[in-house]
Formats: sequence, structure tokens, C-alpha cells
Amino acid sequence: MTLALLLEQLLNGVQFGVMLFLMASGLTLIFGVMGLINLAHGSLYMIGAFVCAYVTGITGSFWAGLLAGALGAAFMGVLVEVCVIRRLYNRDHLDQVLATFALILMISEGTRWVFGSQPLWLDAPAALAGSIQLGAGLVYPLYRLLIILFGVLVAVGLYLLISRTRVGMRIRAGENDREMVDALGVNISALYSFVFAVGAALAGLAGSLVGALQSVEVGMGEPVLILAFVVIVIGGIGSIKGALIGSLLVGLVDTLGRVFLPTFFRLFMDSSDASSVGSALASILIYLLMAIILALKPKGMFPVNA
Amino acid sequence: MLKTGTTLLASAALVLATAASADSTRIGMITTLSGGGSHLGIDVRDGFMLAMELAKADVEVIVRDDARKPDVAKSLANELVQREKVDILTGIIWSNLAMAVVPSTVRGGTFYLSPNAGPSALAGKACHKNYFNVAWQNNNMSEAMGGYMKAAGVKAPFILAPNYPAGQDMLAGFKSHFGEAEQELFTKLGQKDYAAEIAQIRASKADSIFFFLPGGMGIAFMKQYAASGIDLPVYGPAFSFDEIILGAVGDAALGVKNTSQWAYDLENAANSRFVEAFREKYGRTPTLYASQGYDTANLIVSALNKAKPSDADAFRSALEMADFDSVRGNFKFGSNHHPIQNIYIREVVPGANGKPTNKLMGIAVADHQDAYASQCKF
Repeated sequence: MTLALLLEQLLNGVQFGVMLFLMASGLTLIFGVMGLINLAHGSLYMIGAFVCAYVTGITGSFWAGLLAGALGAAFMGVLVEVCVIRRLYNRDHLDQVLATFALILMISEGTRWVFGSQPLWLDAPAALAGSIQLGAGLVYPLYRLLIILFGVLVAVGLYLLISRTRVGMRIRAGENDREMVDALGVNISALYSFVFAVGAALAGLAGSLVGALQSVEVGMGEPVLILAFVVIVIGGIGSIKGALIGSLLVGLVDTLGRVFLPTFFRLFMDSSDASSVGSALASILIYLLMAIILALKPKGMFPVNA
Repeated sequence: MLKTGTTLLASAALVLATAASADSTRIGMITTLSGGGSHLGIDVRDGFMLAMELAKADVEVIVRDDARKPDVAKSLANELVQREKVDILTGIIWSNLAMAVVPSTVRGGTFYLSPNAGPSALAGKACHKNYFNVAWQNNNMSEAMGGYMKAAGVKAPFILAPNYPAGQDMLAGFKSHFGEAEQELFTKLGQKDYAAEIAQIRASKADSIFFFLPGGMGIAFMKQYAASGIDLPVYGPAFSFDEIILGAVGDAALGVKNTSQWAYDLENAANSRFVEAFREKYGRTPTLYASQGYDTANLIVSALNKAKPSDADAFRSALEMADFDSVRGNFKFGSNHHPIQNIYIREVVPGANGKPTNKLMGIAVADHQDAYASQCKF
């Protein structure tokens, strides 16, 4: 085990965590401000990726595609909020889960209808196709560094938005006492639409960024959605800080677990058994992490209304 | 790159009748038509349908999409056998799905012909007289590649496969002919991010990579590997480098060597007829999956010319004779109903249209039989 390998795996964990943060920050804002469980957040991630692939295909520019992916998801988010979700704020969580699950099915089938069942393959821009030397023996793909950069920018941007602007003040107020904000004359439905659009745009951005790394296909959002829920439960629902720390924690634990558990079992088992036991255990590691954190802090690490 | 998917959508529940009559043979096909593994199933289906069409066979084929989910495949099998009363079942791509469906299907008296998956259990102790594998046993191509790499002087390969029955078979097959690898690693089936694995390859002392990652997994891995800046020679079974994968991966795959039981540039009359007809009908070069679907259909047709599936013993003997013109040239069944066939070596070279393509280099192993045949007692 060399230092370069450890550093590269840490970067991989951070990159995965940052991608989760883009999803989880929107999810946690929507839950925190509006009290809404939005299962369709993964569909917005998928829509972002498909729009990005489509626009990149037409214009030949990945950057145009990336912008279109985020805007397309935001547009779809507002559309869904106005048409469906607005009616669910006063319902209980079971109704919300049911309605947003129906949205997943409709959006998935709709996407299948328009784009087909086969994955689309989106390439990262040629300028970012290679790797860069970061230190002795440490080489890292440029595109993954870009994802980390995007994550840092979004984290800083959200921090400034929420702590330094009037809208941010209203969001914080909305998280603490919804009725009072409404009573003080704030246009609460505009605020809700805005928060939903921001969350959707971040999901779309995440989908577009990941699409170029992996593939763009129907159903790509649901595995990420599950992890994003794990993140916000660990971090404390409604807390951006919790989402950031939770994402990095999940990203690092998952990546390092996948690497080091098989290595650990190889010390006293033969190679193929160690690989299978290690990989099997690694896949449940983040759920173990969630169980431990919830046992110690039932409301997550940074509960909003503590 | 993009296309409207109405045809694909319709095909998910497609009932295709080629001159079907009241006493047509009913064939059920459960295969993967959606998600990251869809091009495998689509090619098996298209090759199968093409052969039935060319032979003007009196069959009715019912196609269903399993979305690579074992539970879906299992319930589709129940539906096709019990309600649709099919005589023959075929089509499954993934070995974990085959393990869920095949044993109970063949025990119930329905014939199952595998156009792709060949898990070692079904070739050995759990073999059955109603189960025929028309493709290969999972270990075969890796065995051939292990032998080839050893002869080529490769010393320390890093070997990689998804953790499911076929992945385990592939690595077992490789090691049985190569010896111990420098390092071996199992990934999750359907995994799309290989950053952690690629970092381990970089840190290892390996002098080459052997990987089995079919479908979308292979595309994602090769793209990420190409961006990683590691420059080790790459080897694998043909599943990791079919024509669809090469089209998506591009020049990053040039120079890769892979083993296959078939190649589109293999010279024999049946193969040139197949490749030409497939290109004309579907507008693309067939993959090995298409060739397997095509051979499976032709095997069924050859047996139907001799007996009806309702006369199970006669139909089984007719299948055992393998009396059809395989696109692979020589083809016959071993005692466990698995193929005895040549395994070829291919190299990825620049193609005529700018996309890389596979080129046949020669025979890796002639008349290769799987290692489990002696364990099989019907």
C-alpha cells in the first residue's frame, strides 16, 4: 500500500462524495424548507443527463450540454412543482411518497419513449480527457478533478446564498417556522418554487457530470437517490452542512471500503475468497455507518431544529 | 447517437409470428432489452429472428424483457411456460438469471437452449438432458486467453470481473490455464464507476490487464481506463470488446487482444451469408451475441425438421446431432450438451469507417471442450 494509492483513493472518495453532495443538497433543502419527501429527485438527475447528452450531440459542445442539463432539470423541476407537488405540501408523507413515486414511473417511461431503452454515451470534452500529475506517483484524471471543483463551487455558492442573501434568510426562516414566514407576508409559493428549481438544477448538474463519466440511461437516478437519502439522514435533514459532511463521509467510506476490505481479508484468506467477501461487505458498509450514526445521534449529525 | 425508441418499446412485449399456424412450435425468449446490458439481448434477439425469417420456420416467438433482474426473469419464465405453454425457452444473457430460471424449467420438461450464459454449475453437476448450451461454457474464452497470454510471455496480469457466476467462472477459467495472477478483483455487477479499481491497477506491479466486463460495464471501464493515463496492454474475452463497445470506446481500444468462438470475418459460407443478411436487415455489424442467437435458431430449425418437441426423446436426439451450418464452422455438442468448438484470437484494429473493429488473427485453441463435462451425469 503506497501513499500515492491512498491519496488517489481519497480523491476518488471525495469525487464520489461531491457528486452525492450535488444531489443531497437539493434533496435536503426541499425536505427542510417544504417538508416534502421528493422521490422524483433521481428523475431530475436523469433528465439533466439526457438533456446534456442531447444538447451535446446537437451543438458538439459539452459545456453547452452541461448548462442545458442543469437548466433543463430546473425547468422540469418547476413544472413538476407547479403541476403536482404544490398540491402535496399539506398532505402527509405517505401521500407525498406515493405521488412522487408515480412521477418516477411516468418520467422513466416518458424518457424511454423519447430516447429508447439503450444507454447513450456521452464523452467528456477532449481538453479534459487525460490525466494530470499531482505529485510523485500521483496521477489523477482531469475530468474527476473538475467534478470536485464543481462541488466546491456549489458548496461555497450555497453557503453564501443561504447565509448572506435575503432569499437565504427566508429559506432559513422557512425551515424554522413555515406559518410565521407566511404570516409575515413572504410569498411562500414563489420561495418554494425557487428552492425546488435550485435543487433540481443541482441534480441536473450532477447527472450531466456523471453522464460523461459513466453512461446516460433510464433508471440511472434511483441508485444515487438512495445514497442521497442516506446522506441527508446521516447529516441531519434540512442541513446543508450536514449534507456536505455526510456526502464526503459516505463517499470516502464506500470507496475506501471497496479497496481496503478485500486487501484486509487477503491477509488471512485466499485471494478470490477475500475478493468476494470483501466486496460483499463493502457494499453494506455505508448502511452500517448510517445505523451507527443514527444509534448515537437519532436526528443526524447536524439537526436543523436542535 | 439518439433515436426515438418506439420500436424498442414495442419490442418489450413483442409477439412475432413467422407464418404461424395453429400447430406452430411456440418459443419463449427471455432476454435483456433495456438498461446497460441491452445491446447483448437485442443482438441475440435480432440474430435469432433473422435466422427464423431466412429459414421460413413455422414457429411463434414470444419475446420478453427481463431488464437483467433475476426475479423478473423467473416470473417471466413461469408465465411463458404455464400460461403461454411454450415448447422451448431461450434468450437469457446473464448467468445469475440463468441459474434462477433454467434448473426448474428443464426439470418441468421444457427444453432450454442457452444462446449466451454458460454457468459452470449447469455444465457439470447440475446439468440436465433438456438443457443445451449453444454458445459456450463461461470459462472457455478465458481459458483460451489464459493460455495465449502465458505463451505470449505475460508474467503478472491484473484480473478483474464482476462478482456473479459468470465473473467467477471467467477468472477461474483464466487461472486454470495461466496460473496465479498478480492480483484479482471482483466488482459489483452493473457497476459504472471504476475509479477505485483503476487506482489499484496503477499501484500494482502488474504488467497487463485481463478483464471481463460485458455490455455497459465494459464501455464505462475502457473510457475511464483510457483517461487514467495507465498504459498497460489489455486482454479479455470477446464480451469486453464487442463491436458495440468498440464503437462507444473509440481509439482507446486499439491493439487490444481478445478471444472469441466466432468472428464476423471468419471465412465460411454460412457466416458470410449471416453477416451480409444481418448488415442488410439491421444496418450494423453483428456481434458474437447475434451469431449465437442465429446459431440457436438454426439449431432449433434443424431439430424441428426431424421431430416435434412434444416427442421429447426424438427432439432431444435431433438437437444432440447439431445438424445445422453453424456460422462458427465446425460445431458439435459434448456429452454434457455444451459445444466443442474452436476459440479464436482477435485484435482490435482501425476500421474502414474510422471506428475500431475486431480482426481475426488465428486459432487460440482448436476443438476446445469445457472442463466440467466429466462431472455431468444425466
